[in-house]
Amino acid sequence: MAERDEKDLAIGEITGAKIVIEALKEQSVEVLFGYPGGAVLPIYDELFHEKTIRHILVRHEQGAGHAAEGYARSTGKPGVVLVTSGPGATNMVTPITDAMMDSIPLVVLTGQVPTHLIGTDAFQECDTVGITRSCAKHNYLVTDVSKLSATIHEAFHVARSGRPGPVVVDIPKDIQFALGNYHPASKVNRISYKPAFLPKISRINEAVNLIAQARKPLFYTGGGIINSGSEAAKSLRELQELTGIPVTSTLMGLGAFPASHPDWLGMLGMHGSFEANNAMHDCDLMICVGARFDDRVTGRIDMFSPNSKKIHIDIDPSSINKVIRVDVAINADCAAALSEMVSAWKKSGNSKLELREWIQQIDQWRSRKCFGYVNSDTSIKPQYALERLYDLTKDKDVYISTEVGQHQMWAAQFYKFEEPNRWMTSGGLGTMGYGLPSAIGIQAAHPNSLVIDIAGEASVQMVMQEMSTAVQHDLPIKVFILNNQWMGMVRQWQELLHGERYSHSYSEALPDFVKLAEAYGGHGIFCDVPHLLDDKIIEMIETPKPVIFDCRVTQEENCLPMIPSGKAHNEMILSAVVGDEIDEAGKKLV
Amino acid sequence: MSDEDKAGTSSSAYDMSRKEQVSERRTLAIMVDNEPGVLARVVGLFSSRGFNIESLTVAEVDHTRNRSRITIVTSGTPHILEQIESQLIRLVPVGRVIDISESPLGVERELALVKVAGVGDKRVEALRIAEIFRASVIDTTTESFVFEVTGASTKIDQFIELMRPLGLVELSRTGVLSIMRGKDKG
Repeated sequence: MAERDEKDLAIGEITGAKIVIEALKEQSVEVLFGYPGGAVLPIYDELFHEKTIRHILVRHEQGAGHAAEGYARSTGKPGVVLVTSGPGATNMVTPITDAMMDSIPLVVLTGQVPTHLIGTDAFQECDTVGITRSCAKHNYLVTDVSKLSATIHEAFHVARSGRPGPVVVDIPKDIQFALGNYHPASKVNRISYKPAFLPKISRINEAVNLIAQARKPLFYTGGGIINSGSEAAKSLRELQELTGIPVTSTLMGLGAFPASHPDWLGMLGMHGSFEANNAMHDCDLMICVGARFDDRVTGRIDMFSPNSKKIHIDIDPSSINKVIRVDVAINADCAAALSEMVSAWKKSGNSKLELREWIQQIDQWRSRKCFGYVNSDTSIKPQYALERLYDLTKDKDVYISTEVGQHQMWAAQFYKFEEPNRWMTSGGLGTMGYGLPSAIGIQAAHPNSLVIDIAGEASVQMVMQEMSTAVQHDLPIKVFILNNQWMGMVRQWQELLHGERYSHSYSEALPDFVKLAEAYGGHGIFCDVPHLLDDKIIEMIETPKPVIFDCRVTQEENCLPMIPSGKAHNEMILSAVVGDEIDEAGKKLV
Repeated sequence: MSDEDKAGTSSSAYDMSRKEQVSERRTLAIMVDNEPGVLARVVGLFSSRGFNIESLTVAEVDHTRNRSRITIVTSGTPHILEQIESQLIRLVPVGRVIDISESPLGVERELALVKVAGVGDKRVEALRIAEIFRASVIDTTTESFVFEVTGASTKIDQFIELMRPLGLVELSRTGVLSIMRGKDKG
């Protein structure tokens, strides 16, 4: 080994596998999520002696992908994955697509069969670049070892610049063995890839003029602010402070604006707040920052915010005017555009807007208390469980991930975020099974923080094997399962739209989650009565190893409010009971 | 829930309403890095997002800078056409997208090889029409011609229609090529 290294240095050439490791080190990669296999063994061989890169061995490649997403979303750095050819690569398709939809920077290194066997249906061969072409931001098949380092550096650049996303580098096994020179990152140069960054000042001025004239303005912010970095959230807060405009956000954007702020309206969209959705409908100026008018947000397009002028800041030109026509399009990085707007606002000499009537109207909607629910002394309501979880963890250094379904929407409604990068969820693709491995990635990045996966019992079983990963790598994640023994969101849709025919949505033969946790070497907690909940949550927080918390909740609770699809923002179904008031629309549903 | 309520609520998780709009034809020149898979990326984008391709040509145009030019004739509503351009520019190897049909300076040409078989008057008539269209004969037997004809796609369409009753056997078309008039780069 030592002899070979000396020889390599003498002739300036090293193996492709070594080039991969050198490139990762130059890119400051600290954690690598992966699973070995035949076509990546040379790289794993190099990892054997590698001290600076921590390798987290997962139990299924999908887990590696979501863990890397959690790592990326909570740190702002690209998540890196190393998997083998064939099934290793195909198991990565879901997380790659998930990262593409939610604009998460990933660099996925896949092994490939030797170059001369490509196309022969060799053992564990698949057309990785073909398969991932439409679900990754970009991908590469490296067929020449002299291009390997430049390709990896370019992959990192593409993953994190512009609208971030997943990039796949497929490396045949013979390239990993071949000798070549290492080229440092500075030499990377791609002429054709020029993502937008700085805004046009004329557009910024147009936007500021519209804001100055607005009587009912609203910020509609999204995941782009989180991706853009902490400066974007700072500038948003500054611009909000200067103008006094109320703020709502998409699922992906939670945390960019503090939930404790009096001008915060909560999340918007299908399960968003009554005040946020009504404000979207009635506003006269919508300032969309880093969001993409997703169909869960807009509801019915032809009735979407009919009387507003719209400003849209987005780094991706194809997101602008894709779904909703806007009046002022600003194709730029959120942080750059917002800070220019702050300067332009200050320069214009405008003072805080006079919004008394608008705020009064919003307060009226707010007083509807749309997240109200009827609590119970005997069974745990999912909303109550999340309120208690929030209350008992809010003062800690906490990161939250979720699976997908009712629990995810309740988490978005009831858990309050003050800072960006604290909330990890699968928004675009809606991947059940995202949360547990994502929590592993977050915990790997923040070993001393409290990391909680708010889960459903159906979702979490898709990735349960990753508990073993958490135990092996001392990643004390907390899996807080709101267990209603249903695929809750499926059940809710079947109740509302399919005549209460609950076709295959009941989770039968559930495992004993406490025993399951113990079997993996973690700690299991069970709770099904409200008066013990606080103590049990505290037990979970204080346990220094991975925990599965089986929180048995009311089975038939619906996630409300809700905009039925095909309806406008002001046609929400509200929960039936708010204090003593019973809503007519809600009645029909209970 | 009553039936009336159900009628008012879409029974899908998606908005299923669709609106018809007028479709336009458009020629786009796409400058790309000539690298493996680049054509698949461009074509894949069209198929995955449900855009149309009416014709497509591609060839390397700058060997030293490794650039290829793809010309695509597509159609869609103004909204779709705008999306096509901005989705194309998102692709990493795509450097520029030039809308040829938007500009009065845009020139479009196509080349066709047309095989016509026949004897007697029909053969004479085919040759006469070919002269009018400035088509050249690139192969001949006593019973057939192969014509090479260039021009706008509509001119080629017309030529083919005239050849059809005269014994059209087979044809091959390049698809549309395009460039801007004048001294400047498109």
